[in-house]
Amino acid sequence: MTQPYRLPTGGRIARSRPLRFTFDGRSYEGYAGDTLASALLANGVHLVGRSFKYHRPRGILSAGSEEPNALMTIDRGAGRVTPNLRATQIELYDGLCAISQNRWPSLDFDLGAASQFVSRLLPAGFYYKTFMWPRAAWRRVYEPLIRRAAGLGKAPRAPDPDRYTNQFAHCDVLVIGAGPAGLEAALRAGRAGSSVILCDEQQELGGSLLNNSQAAERLLQYTNELRALPNVRLLRRTTAFGVFAQNFVALAERINDHLPASNKDMPRESLWQVRAERTVIATGAIERPLVFPGNDRPGVMLAHAGLAYVNRYGVLPGKQVVIATTNDDGYAVADALKAAGAEIATIVDLRRDETIAATHGGKRISSVDIRLPDNSLRRIACDLLLMSGGWTPSVHLFSQARGKLRFDVPLQCFVPDGTLDAIECVGGCAGAGLQPSPATQIVADGKSFVDFQNDVTSADIELAVREGFRSVEHIKRYTTSGMATDQGKTSNMNALAIAAATIDAPVGSVGTTTFRQPFTPVTFGTLAGLSRGALFEPVRTLPSHDWALAHGAVFEDTGQWKRASYFSLKGEGMRDAVMRECRTVRAAAGIFDASSLGKIEISGPDALTFLNRIYINDFSRLDIGRCRYALMLNEAGLAMDDGIVGRLAETRFHVTTTSGGIGHVLHHMEDFLQTEFTSLQVWLTDVTEQWSTFAVQGPRARDIVGELTTTIDLSPGSMSHMSLREGSVCDADARLMRVSFTGECGYEINVPSSEGARVWAALYESASRHDASAYGLEALNVLRAEKGYIIVGQETDGSTTPDDLGFGKMIGARKDDFVGKRSLSLAHLASSGRKQLVGLKPLDPQKMLEEGAQITLQSGAPTGSHAVGHVTTACWSAVLDRSIALALVENGRALIGSTLHVPMPNGDIPVEVTSPVFVDPAGARLHG
Amino acid sequence: MLLIRCPYCETARPEVEFRHGGEALMERPRDPSRASDAEWIDYLYMRRNPKGPHAERWRHVHGCGRFFNCLRDTVSDRIVVTWRAGEPVPEVTDGDGA
Amino acid sequence: MQRFSFFQLLRQSFGNHVGWQPHWRAAAPKSSYDIVIVGGGGHGLATAYYLASEHGLTNIAVVEKGWIGGGNTGRNTTIVRSNYLFEESEALFEHSMKLWEGLSQALNYNVMYSPRGVLVLAHNTTDAQVIRRHVHANRLAGIDNEWMTPEQAQAFCPILDVSRNVRYPVVGASLQRRGGTARHDAVAWGYARAASALGVDIIENCEVTAIRRDARGAVSGIETTRGEIATHKLGLVTAGHTSVVAGMAGLKLPMESYPLQALVSEPVKPVMPCVVMSNSIHAYMSQSDKGELVIGAGTDAYTSYSQRGALHVTSQTLDALCELFPIVRRLRMLRNWGGIVDVTPDRSPIIGPTPVEGLYLNCGWGTGGFKATPGSGHLFAHTLARGEPHAIVAPFDLDRFTTGKLVDESTAAAVAH
Repeated sequence: MTQPYRLPTGGRIARSRPLRFTFDGRSYEGYAGDTLASALLANGVHLVGRSFKYHRPRGILSAGSEEPNALMTIDRGAGRVTPNLRATQIELYDGLCAISQNRWPSLDFDLGAASQFVSRLLPAGFYYKTFMWPRAAWRRVYEPLIRRAAGLGKAPRAPDPDRYTNQFAHCDVLVIGAGPAGLEAALRAGRAGSSVILCDEQQELGGSLLNNSQAAERLLQYTNELRALPNVRLLRRTTAFGVFAQNFVALAERINDHLPASNKDMPRESLWQVRAERTVIATGAIERPLVFPGNDRPGVMLAHAGLAYVNRYGVLPGKQVVIATTNDDGYAVADALKAAGAEIATIVDLRRDETIAATHGGKRISSVDIRLPDNSLRRIACDLLLMSGGWTPSVHLFSQARGKLRFDVPLQCFVPDGTLDAIECVGGCAGAGLQPSPATQIVADGKSFVDFQNDVTSADIELAVREGFRSVEHIKRYTTSGMATDQGKTSNMNALAIAAATIDAPVGSVGTTTFRQPFTPVTFGTLAGLSRGALFEPVRTLPSHDWALAHGAVFEDTGQWKRASYFSLKGEGMRDAVMRECRTVRAAAGIFDASSLGKIEISGPDALTFLNRIYINDFSRLDIGRCRYALMLNEAGLAMDDGIVGRLAETRFHVTTTSGGIGHVLHHMEDFLQTEFTSLQVWLTDVTEQWSTFAVQGPRARDIVGELTTTIDLSPGSMSHMSLREGSVCDADARLMRVSFTGECGYEINVPSSEGARVWAALYESASRHDASAYGLEALNVLRAEKGYIIVGQETDGSTTPDDLGFGKMIGARKDDFVGKRSLSLAHLASSGRKQLVGLKPLDPQKMLEEGAQITLQSGAPTGSHAVGHVTTACWSAVLDRSIALALVENGRALIGSTLHVPMPNGDIPVEVTSPVFVDPAGARLHG
Repeated sequence: MLLIRCPYCETARPEVEFRHGGEALMERPRDPSRASDAEWIDYLYMRRNPKGPHAERWRHVHGCGRFFNCLRDTVSDRIVVTWRAGEPVPEVTDGDGA
Repeated sequence: MQRFSFFQLLRQSFGNHVGWQPHWRAAAPKSSYDIVIVGGGGHGLATAYYLASEHGLTNIAVVEKGWIGGGNTGRNTTIVRSNYLFEESEALFEHSMKLWEGLSQALNYNVMYSPRGVLVLAHNTTDAQVIRRHVHANRLAGIDNEWMTPEQAQAFCPILDVSRNVRYPVVGASLQRRGGTARHDAVAWGYARAASALGVDIIENCEVTAIRRDARGAVSGIETTRGEIATHKLGLVTAGHTSVVAGMAGLKLPMESYPLQALVSEPVKPVMPCVVMSNSIHAYMSQSDKGELVIGAGTDAYTSYSQRGALHVTSQTLDALCELFPIVRRLRMLRNWGGIVDVTPDRSPIIGPTPVEGLYLNCGWGTGGFKATPGSGHLFAHTLARGEPHAIVAPFDLDRFTTGKLVDESTAAAVAH
């Protein structure tokens, strides 16, 4: 017979729509409107999981998001496997495939349950007291065993094919929770014309009304009216999981997982980021379990969960029912179950000094022992034990918003203490309408569970107190109570009450633990949203990108930029390609797309003064049409960026920065301009995107550029090294600089970005006619290293001064101040013995150095020796046909000519300290 | 994510449009070359870092680009008021600057 | 001290565990102490322990405004490593690493130091240069750290995506095999237990409200919510709140307090055998013994004492991790929290005396203090006991900001041309 525990009538399920599903490979039937939990119960399945530590059989405790036991892995196909979902929240669909967790080989027969036999060795915190001998065994033996035993479900093995999205919303009123209080709050606000968002974690609006068969009519009226209001947005399957500063609330909406097959046009989940003028928290209250021996046996359930299964899902979770309660709600539940046909074996009212002493049964409860007021025991057969220990308001979100709580003695729980500026709690969440529930005596012989999922018993909490853990946070951490995936929704108050009783202090004085977001777990993918793959981080490409793709470019990432590392011709390897490019540049010429360089146009009557204060250089004698290499320090006196400053006009400059540096350089400039040098009239404009920049470098550079311009006189007499001209190149407006980062005669052509690709193509054609080629970053790195030109971030490391780099003379001596100048006279920055930039030549010219390698004075330096420096750049010089390097070495300039040592794993490499300029020290090529 | 009112754009915008600029109202020595090491270091590194109301700078980096000042409670992250750089510190009423 | 061992556990189990004693005495403040440590986190408790165990100073109090280990000790992502770049940092963190290796045995408390390996990823040429420089420096210093190809990195951490067609491919990695994780709470509790057994008073729920100074300006005691305590030596170990407490002695520090967030996933069976850090996309991840993926990132953008960060910072961290480890996208965030970290201008700690006589600082550990806990306590104890800095911590004195001799590890990873 299918669904033997399904009631013949009643409930909100659609009996006309039967659905098939499997649990651990066995096929069952349920109805649309079921949760996986209600459908399993309809089929008489109570054993649904194994506990974390002792692998005890566990059943369904609740009917909502507080469920600690019924955790499942849901398999929706490759990459769509999700562990640790709560059966009480999983909506049934046709073909649903559920798998139980944390058991081997099967749920029914779990070898892990053997741990119960040694459970007396595994009290709270046992692992802090043992596994210490021998020392290495923790990592090798004990920890791997513990790790294997721990963990719940298995992580997916394939990437997630689903999509996630992200929405922002603003409204007047956000109502969280669509139970009676939330519905009324939303209606009130909606009728008043406010824009309202009402969200609820369940598939249906109604909250506790869904469990009340008499309230169906009322619920329908509410929802019909809400749906008719255009200013009200209803979000079902949407959990408000976090409240952040300034009333910013995050919601997670589940869009696809309740459908048999994922709708490809829809994302799986969506993250809502809501800013509301006012937030109403109507999250209701969670029923507390009772703590008694054997309270974790399948068939022991929260009373109102029993009510929900009967009234909402038309399922009778048991036929012979014992009810244990501390409040009058237990009787109402008894009436409802009786009306549905269950036999109420007895009601144990803990207020009458009676309690549950034990439960019996293997994988399902079969009887309970009741301890009567006269201390006698009475055994009663049952297949369902419903318990109600009172109610705990869901103050999680209020507490996250930094709302204060107070302990309510009649309710034995924490309730909101007042309201916040824009956040209020209503209904059960505020403690309204909850049944008073006196504190109950805990009887604790045998395992009485407090935190079901983490297998924390009342004895564990007592042990923690005995061992001196008196702060509630310590007790939580030592016992792990409240740290499971339900975050203690059913356990925290009970744990606190037991701790308070053990310490012999009032519960209110012990305090509560911090409520941390999220309210229920949130998918990583939902938080990441659209930021994935190509959208994870935008790609910035150079004007020559498509050309480079077609010409064998191998790219590398620099920040967001994709730049050509080298161009592989006819399948050349990297080294061959780089060497060819280097030789071509020195023999003929090369072209390089330098468009990623940052560019700032600086103008205004005080532009010159500003530059003098921002860079170490003195630009006072920089004529119009000239440019200069410039170094920028931070206020701590350390090199921060470098570039070229070119003077376009009396009050207008073209300034370049490093590729990665434009953002922070501009910020740095704006900072000083706006807040320190406020009297200066200067405007800074980031023109990085406006100009494409191409370097042409080599002895034939002038011939190549000359073919592209008629308006600029390139002759050395007219346009010497470090000149700047405006004119046209390839009929595009151009700023042409004669600058070099290779030591060759060189130009940088700046043309409007819209013309970039066209000019590059023309440039390449011209270059080809002169036996020149394109070169990439790797060749650039070799060419500039041969000349001892630095790269900020490579030859500098945030502790480097201008003098360290040999730029001491560049500092404008007549300048009173520039950013960083004062720091240069601090003791350490002015001290002797600092690391200075030098060149290195391995004594064996074939021997390559590694960048970052350390440098010692002695050969065979023992471990722990002081490194006098490190290699900043190492490369093979094509033109010198040998290995060279740049390095920062203590007192390096004084050591030129001497031999130092670079210790490597397989022996030292002796190196000669040299000038950092390896090629053309006189600069004949540069000025040619 | 904070909502921050830019006093130049006169609109409240999300935090991601801004860049935090550290403690406000600090004076760079007028003539650094005459400042003692201690005075210079006080400007360069020493920070009030208060727990409570804190005058700080923000820059509307993805908006108008301007630096401005902000009084924020570092315990609650509540922004009390924002004002333009160089203007006097506003009298604080109980209103929320954001 | 009641000795912890398997046999003790067995013995107590027959007595229903009623024979276990408190891990530390709940002490009430005495009127005076030789040294008072403010801050009952790992660093403060370790300091007290080493004062007692190595310097024979037992008239010591640790005063904690809340519960011990409740600040950054209980909020961090528990990573332990010593693969720092500069010799000063190498010495400091390696000193700590050596203490980690025998800490469980020294304290008779299983702190679960697990050398499961720390993998640091390079995503571009600059990363690779910087990371290799670390490897070379560490080798010379005798600190294990090795360079790996992407394939080797993936063999070590199989769920790492090393395919070339992702936005920021892994181009290499360094691995410190002795790096790993430890159990943060156990560190605080283990030090507290051992220190308490040696006579140290651990005083919880005791907030310092004022620092008293005598006519010469030297420290003479503190006022607390549990009364006045006289002392001539005061060690401030109050990560996150150092500016506030030091301010009570009129001291202004080169320091700002930032929120730092962390999060864990729901527990899953073991998938992540090591710690993986990626500095260029700002994320790191490991898996706890319980099965939770433990995830952290950089600090939030603005200073705050709210112990709460912004959602977009968490989201950005997860963006990056889902790219690096595509199988985790479907896992779920279980808990997300914030701590407050003291950040100095060079992001290195400040340990040593101050211009106020009798006042010593151990602070400014920024985002990386947990790994230093044993070493920090050990060296600070020496500093307090002798009244002058231990050679290893001497470079981390307050004076370095005046001389400009900073120890800035962060800027070694700098901009690209």
